[in-house]
Amino acid sequence: MTDNPKPIYLDYQATTPLDPRVLEAMLPHFQEKFGNPHSRNHFYGWEAEESTEKARGQIASLIGADPREIIFTSGATESNNLALKGIVDFYGHQKNHIITCVTEHKCILDTCRHLEQKGLKVTYLPVQANGIIDLNQLENTITNQTLLVSIMAVNNEIGVIQPLAEIGKICRRNGVFFHTDAAQAVGKIPLDMDKMNIDLLSISGHKVYGPKGIGALYVRRKPRVRVMAQVNGGGQERGMRSGTLSPALCVGLGEACSIAAQEMIQESARLLNLRTRFYDRILKELPEVYLNGDLEQRIPGNLNLSFAYVEGEGLMMGIKNLAVSSGSACTSASLEPSYVLRALGVSEDLAHTSLRLGFGRFTTEEEIEIAATSIIEAVKKLRSMSPLWEMAQEGIDIKNIQWAGH
Amino acid sequence: MAYSKQVIDHYENPRNVGSFAKDDPSIGTGLVGAPSCGDVMKLQIKVSSDGIIEDAKFKTFGCGSAIASSSLTTEMLKGLNLNEALEIKNMEIVEELGLPPVKIHCSVLAEDAIKAAIKDYKEKNSL
Repeated sequence: MTDNPKPIYLDYQATTPLDPRVLEAMLPHFQEKFGNPHSRNHFYGWEAEESTEKARGQIASLIGADPREIIFTSGATESNNLALKGIVDFYGHQKNHIITCVTEHKCILDTCRHLEQKGLKVTYLPVQANGIIDLNQLENTITNQTLLVSIMAVNNEIGVIQPLAEIGKICRRNGVFFHTDAAQAVGKIPLDMDKMNIDLLSISGHKVYGPKGIGALYVRRKPRVRVMAQVNGGGQERGMRSGTLSPALCVGLGEACSIAAQEMIQESARLLNLRTRFYDRILKELPEVYLNGDLEQRIPGNLNLSFAYVEGEGLMMGIKNLAVSSGSACTSASLEPSYVLRALGVSEDLAHTSLRLGFGRFTTEEEIEIAATSIIEAVKKLRSMSPLWEMAQEGIDIKNIQWAGH
Repeated sequence: MAYSKQVIDHYENPRNVGSFAKDDPSIGTGLVGAPSCGDVMKLQIKVSSDGIIEDAKFKTFGCGSAIASSSLTTEMLKGLNLNEALEIKNMEIVEELGLPPVKIHCSVLAEDAIKAAIKDYKEKNSL
């Protein structure tokens, strides 16, 4: 195993590699600039604070926010927890209803379950077949008890972009806070807190070519949004999140955001071009491949495809030169196929055949061609040994067979 | 998850992939599993006039362990009589392939496929 070259990385929604420019910016903070940014009385503290505040500004600038609206956290999971629990703890005595959506990341869904146990009412909006929520349904679901709407910006499995500006408008019109989990969106699509009427927004470092272990939460100042701290201590981060900041990680996230701001437009165009080449080739050479999620309202770095009659984990084993992920049950600990694909109405048998392909900053044209070739070969081989493919070729509809579930 | 050498070998070089004409009276066909569960195995045996399994073929929709379990099963079946074939237990497949606990259902499916193929053969020949 060890003599094989490393597989081609096509799993950019799982994590992104650290950009070397980001690492460069971080390095001094592991050694000579070791100060505690909260030390108010000497050079080392001031030096560290200058770095964390510069980073705060870089993050704010990418999303059209004020630096004072950026709260550093350990990652998007913590940001999402702080947003939801923090809002409920602060305003829960006034209103007791949250609206979210069934395709949210587990850290939103699990936090909502936790809040339900504490007596809160949560509505989980369905999505349409393309993965996007229905705005009319959202508006009709809002009641005078609705405190918060939390809808993700970009889905981690299918890459679809929710209509943030429209959701923001609806929320503002109804006097409801709007939180969005933007872990997969920051640096990938333009975001503007004021234009989109976003009140809270979660950011992840490692999805934007920054380091793991850092994220941020945008919390609106005008009109002011309050969240109750979930980590108590020295009162750092405006009292919303205590604990000494890691300047190296903060600087990494800041630099990553600054690079994204400069390169987003060209990079999006490049990725869209790569993805289109890849997708066109797959469709040309393989029949019965189905796209999961909307093609147009989607970040350029994602494709989620079902290769009918070929099970996802079996397929991944045939493309060991590629690092991808699958919505197949066999790849999950629960042995359930992806809940996101199920929410789109993708049948269970097709959900088992899905692959998520994530392209990013370091993906090359050559890698795309190798990946397409490998997938086409593997699918052809596995279909030739698939009893379902054989039946389909014989004109038998597998949906009409009485299968014995196990 | 890391796969055992045996699973990788059977996945990369599957033995006896293919199909026999299922209407042939010397053929028994077992089709088990379900597409919605992520694995379907089709196992076919070719039985000689003296009741010996002289050949076996499979096609499988499933993960690497499911493919390897069916491939191994076709090898195990050849040369056995029907009673001996019914004695094959899924744990033999688990041990031979080094399947982890989460993949034991693949071996169970293979055992089910053997039983289903033999049942089909017996019914066809009114045995």
